[in-house]
Formats: sequence, structure tokens, C-alpha cells
Amino acid sequence: MKYLPSATIRIPAALALAGLAVTAFPSPTHAGDWRQFRGNDANSIALGENLPTELSGDSIAWKVDLPGRGLSGPITVGQQILLTASSGYSQDRLHIMSFDAETGETQWERQFEATGRTGCHPKMCVATPTPASDGERVFAFYSSSDLICTDLAGNLQWYRGLGAEYRNASNSLGMSSSPIVIGSTVIVQAESEAEAFAAGVDTVTGETKWKIDRPRKANWTSPTILPAAEGRPALALLQSSAGLSAVDPETGNVVWTFDNGASTIPSSLVVDGTVVIPSNGLTTIKPSADGSAIESVWNASNLGPSTPSPVVINGLTITVNSAGALSAGDITTGERLWQLRLKGKFSGTPLASNGHLFFFNEAGYAFVVRPEKEKGKIVSELDLTETILASPAASDNAFYVRSDGHLWKFSEQR
Amino acid sequence: MNRFTIPIAMLCLVTPAFADDAADAIKAIQSVGERSKGATNARAAVQTLKQHGGKNLLPILKAFKGSSLLTKNWLRSVFEAIADAEQKAGRALPKGDLLTFVKDTSESPSARRLAFEWLLQRSPQLESELIPGMLLDPSPDFRRDAVRRLIDQASEAKDDAATDLYEKALTGAVHEDQVTTISKALKDAGKEVDISRHFGFLMTWKIIGPFDNKDQKGFPIAYPPEAKVDLSAEYDGQLGKVKWEPIATDDDYGVLDIGKQIENYKGSLMYTTTTWQSEKDQAVEIRLGTPNAWKLWVNGALVFEREEYHRGTRLDQYKVPVSLKAGSNTILVKICQNEQEQSWAQDYKFQLRVCDRTGAAVLPVTQAAANSTPRKEIR
Repeated sequence: MKYLPSATIRIPAALALAGLAVTAFPSPTHAGDWRQFRGNDANSIALGENLPTELSGDSIAWKVDLPGRGLSGPITVGQQILLTASSGYSQDRLHIMSFDAETGETQWERQFEATGRTGCHPKMCVATPTPASDGERVFAFYSSSDLICTDLAGNLQWYRGLGAEYRNASNSLGMSSSPIVIGSTVIVQAESEAEAFAAGVDTVTGETKWKIDRPRKANWTSPTILPAAEGRPALALLQSSAGLSAVDPETGNVVWTFDNGASTIPSSLVVDGTVVIPSNGLTTIKPSADGSAIESVWNASNLGPSTPSPVVINGLTITVNSAGALSAGDITTGERLWQLRLKGKFSGTPLASNGHLFFFNEAGYAFVVRPEKEKGKIVSELDLTETILASPAASDNAFYVRSDGHLWKFSEQR
Repeated sequence: MNRFTIPIAMLCLVTPAFADDAADAIKAIQSVGERSKGATNARAAVQTLKQHGGKNLLPILKAFKGSSLLTKNWLRSVFEAIADAEQKAGRALPKGDLLTFVKDTSESPSARRLAFEWLLQRSPQLESELIPGMLLDPSPDFRRDAVRRLIDQASEAKDDAATDLYEKALTGAVHEDQVTTISKALKDAGKEVDISRHFGFLMTWKIIGPFDNKDQKGFPIAYPPEAKVDLSAEYDGQLGKVKWEPIATDDDYGVLDIGKQIENYKGSLMYTTTTWQSEKDQAVEIRLGTPNAWKLWVNGALVFEREEYHRGTRLDQYKVPVSLKAGSNTILVKICQNEQEQSWAQDYKFQLRVCDRTGAAVLPVTQAAANSTPRKEIR
């Protein structure tokens, strides 16, 4: 554990935040919604849920076929489960689907033809970013940088071919950054060595509110939300190899930056005002409410995550390394407390809820882990026998995960 | 609240500008552009088209022809919305009209495929009725299905019958996996397949270099070949005087491997050029694969550039639409190598081919003439 020099954090002196009052989700809120990658607060925590922890075949409420692959995870809005997929020889067919949460029945499906590049590493696919919703619309983003908005009935609202508008905003291995919604802005990152930008797009009109240049480096991370606090609106945290930038979602103005470098695969999260950054292992900072001061809390080189993003639960930071070993650190000090060997490699970020962690490895093996301060314990395991590279979602006492061929719902037996 | 009702806030965005006129509504959709231009009108147009249900399906499909990809996605979404609503209401789609449309190869390939897939939901027998006749279809998806059927049949057949089926399949194959399967089967049967000709790879080039690209600074520098391709010229290069030299590849997939055939000069760049004889003015795609940064000029005009190093390479990694003129066309490629030291960052190579939108080779005049014999790529 070590502390970071404060000089790594820069705050533009002239920035005026007064008058901005953006909340994270002003649109209709449904208890239990899971509206974007890693949930409404983009931190993988499902509050108030009672998820099944003793997994068995009986925990599977339903399982439905999918028309294509995806590393994108499901999101939930009310009783709808929304998911994307890509299909076709060139993966140029883009799918958005809505399923009934109760029955798994397909409510509607829309297909589109990618307007940007669709080439990817074989492990990835064009439907890698998880979609997002503001509670009224779905924002489906793809590796091809197609950003498609439909209403919840599947009616196209607007279509941005960002890969066609900015023809070098692609990565030959594929792009994976998932969008987030803050207020009336959907925020996307499209960053590669050839071209890199972040954009804030109006959720209603699809028009660009702002577009800012980003470091021209390959980047697969997703933006994160720093929730509104007293005197400060919600901010978007954009990660890259350079570090982290806190951005006003209405204007794209950079409010502060953390310049000590960060990973280009796992993404940051915020819990109780503390920003947990995959940087030099794992690093935490605490920005003041008005953003004028940033406190460096700790850095732990032995807590570095591999592909899955870190989560925080029971006062612990949880990361998984490339060997499938789970590491638990003390959220207040960064001290590594214990490790637990899971099986296989992991791509998806685990879900944290009712004191448990829900992991799926790439071979489709599910683990429920109960992490405590002294040790972690595997509560149950279940082999789904299908490739799973996506992150799960939780809603209304159930959780959902997508494999290469299916969407699965898990809930307590009734 | 019923989640499928359109929220009031969204209805307020809709301007009923196309009360009863499907043609105007389609025109409004065709007016959408980049950066969400025209989306408000398009949403209103969609509502108009949906009001009239199935009778607008055919006009919507016909509007695909000549439309941009962005517009096609709007048209596709309203087609799907109407077709979905019709089927859920227990009403049949206009099968006869849609079937005629699917068979009309002058219409948009993606619209024909869309109609076919919706028909297939209720009439699965259409797959065996239509696909066998689509081996040379303008739609790569139809071609792929037709080739797959022939490969399946060939794998069940024996000797000459199997060979005949594979040879027939090859005439329509435009995807690498299918061409690989077919060529392997034919090779096992004693037939050689000229894969490079099948795909239309350019195999013979002139090359000049290396020029300096230390610290990746050479990408934006316009070295003399960018101003003019003068094959008799000599220039100051990175390691001394350089001049154009011939280079060729015999790789099945047209890979010109600078690192292996010349040298992997770290922090360098090379220019390669060739001429391509076109029998007419025509629109084609130049498809390129390389793990290196690159620029591409056709007849002196820069058509695309990309500064990315070592993020993988594959067939048809980049697709660049270009216009060729009748006669001789000059193609110039700038290929840049950086100084990364990892083992996976040492490739210095590219492959380039000329094809149509389906991926079928478009051959230059000399090769096209030689191609007058059927199945020329099989020896």
C-alpha cells in the first residue's frame, strides 16, 4: 500500500459548476431497474435485492435462445429485459431485443446493418458494449460505433453511425466501451490509436451536445458515474491509459483529472464518494463535493484486476486476476486481506448483492461467493456449460446473464 | 403503465407532417443524414407509414434502392415494426409481392434479404426453393447460403460428383471460410485452386524505401512518392539512396511480406505501387489487410489513411470504396512500421484486393480476358 502524490490530480481553476444541477436519473425510475453496464450507478451493486445464492438447476427460471453472440450484458427497465447481439458472417447484423422478465418471451426485436467497421478479435464481437436506458429509451452501442436509440416498444428514435461519421474511430481488435446516461445525455467513448473521442449525445434528439478529443490510445474501458453530491452535479468519469477525467455531462467540460495512468480494460467505479480506479494495481481517491479538492486515499499494487472491473462489497474491494484468483482488499486502507482461488478465466464483471458476489467464468461456470473480512467462501457453483463473457444484471429479486447462445434468468424457486 | 405505449413526451415530438402520404413519408425518411439530421421528421414519417399497415411494406422495401446505409436502417426498422404488428394481429404479409421482390435482383440486396427472412418465418420451404438459384446473387448473404448448400451436398457426394459440386460452389463463394473449405476439398481431389485470383489480390508491385518513421513521425510526412509516382526516380531514404524495385508475392492470400521479403526495418516506412487496368469506369472496393499504419492513394487522390499499429490483421480488414476510370489506374500504398519490441508487433506486411460489394473479385483487363474460360481459378 502506498499513497499517491497529490500533484497527479489537476483541477481547472476557471471551471464554474454553479448553476448546473444534473441528477443521475431524472426520468421515471422503477425500483429494481438495472439500466446500464454494471447497473444504474455503474458500480455492479444491486441494492435491496434478494438473489438466489444456492444455485442449482432449479434456480433457472427460464432460458431463451439468442439470434447472435454478444459480450454485452442485459439491462432491465420495468418488466423488460433488453439485450443486444450481433450476427452474420461479418457480424454486420445488429440486434436489439426485448424480453418479458416474467416469461422470457421475446416482446420485440429490431435489426440493423452496421455502418462502421465490424472486424473484431474472434473472442470479441460487435455486440460487446452493454446498452443503456433512461427509463424511456434504449441506447444500443456497438463495436462498430453505431449508436441506436429506440423507445421501449422498439420504435427507432434516432440513429448515429459514429463509425461512419468518424471513420477511424475503430479498433481492429474491436471496441467494448459501454455507454452511460446522465440526465438527458448519453455518453460514449470511442477510443483507438487512430482516432479517439468521447461524446455527449442528446437522449431525445440524438444530436451531439459535445465531443471532446481523448488520448489516441486503444481503450476498452467504460465511463462511470460520479453521483451528484451537495453543491456538485453528477459527473461522467472517463478512463484511459492517461488516467481519469471527470466530465460535465451537459457540456463535456473537464472538471478535474487524475493523471497517474489507468488500465485500458477494467473500469473504475464509485462507492460512497470514493473512486476506485484500476491504476498501478488499484487506487482510490476521494473528490470533494464541489470537485475543488481531491484526496488520494491509497494505492495497492497487489490488488490489480485483469479484465473484470473491480467491485466493492462488505467493506472490501474485490478484484480478479488473470489466473482466476479473487483478491479482497480493505476499502479504507487498501491492505490485501485474503485471496480465493476460483476456476478458469473471467471476462465479465461480477455482481454484488445481498452480501454475495455472483461470478461467471468464461467457460460458463457460476460461482456465488460470500466475502467476509477474514476470508471468502464459495457458497455454491453451477456449470452452465456455455461460454459466458458478459456481466450479469439484477432486478426484482432475480439476476440475468447472457451466454453465447442464451439469455438466462435466475431466481428463487416459487 | 403499459411499457409498450409511447410515452406522452415522445408523442409531443412527433409532427404529423405526412398525414396520409406514404410517398412523402418515405421521402422524409430518405432525407435523414449524419448527426441525427432529419430524425424528427423521420419519426413522424414512421408513424404515418405504420398507420397503413401491410400495404406500405413493398414501397418501403423498394425505397432501399439508392438509399444510404443510415436510411436503410430507418426503412428496415419501420418494415420490421409493421411486419411484426401485422403478424401479431394475425394478418398475413403480402407473400406474392414480397416473393416477387426477393427474386428481383435489380432491387437492393439488403431489402431482398429482409423480405426473404420475414417470409421464411411462415414459409420455411422457401429456403430450398429459392436459395439454390442464388449462387451468384448480388447479396453476399444469399450467395453464402447457396454455397453452404452446395458444400453440404458435396460432402455427402463422392468422386467426380463431389468435385463438380465443390467447383460449382467456388464460383459463388466470396467468404474466406467457404473458399478455404472448398479449396481444401478440391486439393484433396487433385485440383489446384488459384485462391489469389479467386479473391482478386494484387500480386505484383514496385516498392521503394525505407523512409524514416522513427518515433512514428513519418506517417504525416509527405515523402516524394506521395507527390508523384516516378518509377525512374531516386530519393534520399532512411539508410541511403532508394529507388523503385520490383516485388511480388506468391502467397495464396496476396500477402506482401516486407519484413520477410526485404527486411523488418524498425521505425521505417515503404511505398508500394502498381497499376490496375480497368475495362470501364466503375465503382469497386479496395479491401486491405495489414497490422501496420497505412495510407492509400488511387490515381493520386488519398482515399483513406489509418494510423494504428499491431492490432491484428485479417482478410478484408478495411473496405475502401473507390472509383476507377477506364484504362490504367495507379494504386499507391504507404506502409509504416513502428519500433515496438514485442514478438507480436514485428509484422510488416499487407494484402490488397479489388472486388465488388459482395466481395467477388473484380479482375483487371488482362486477367479478365484470361478469365473467359469458366472456372479459371481451378487448374
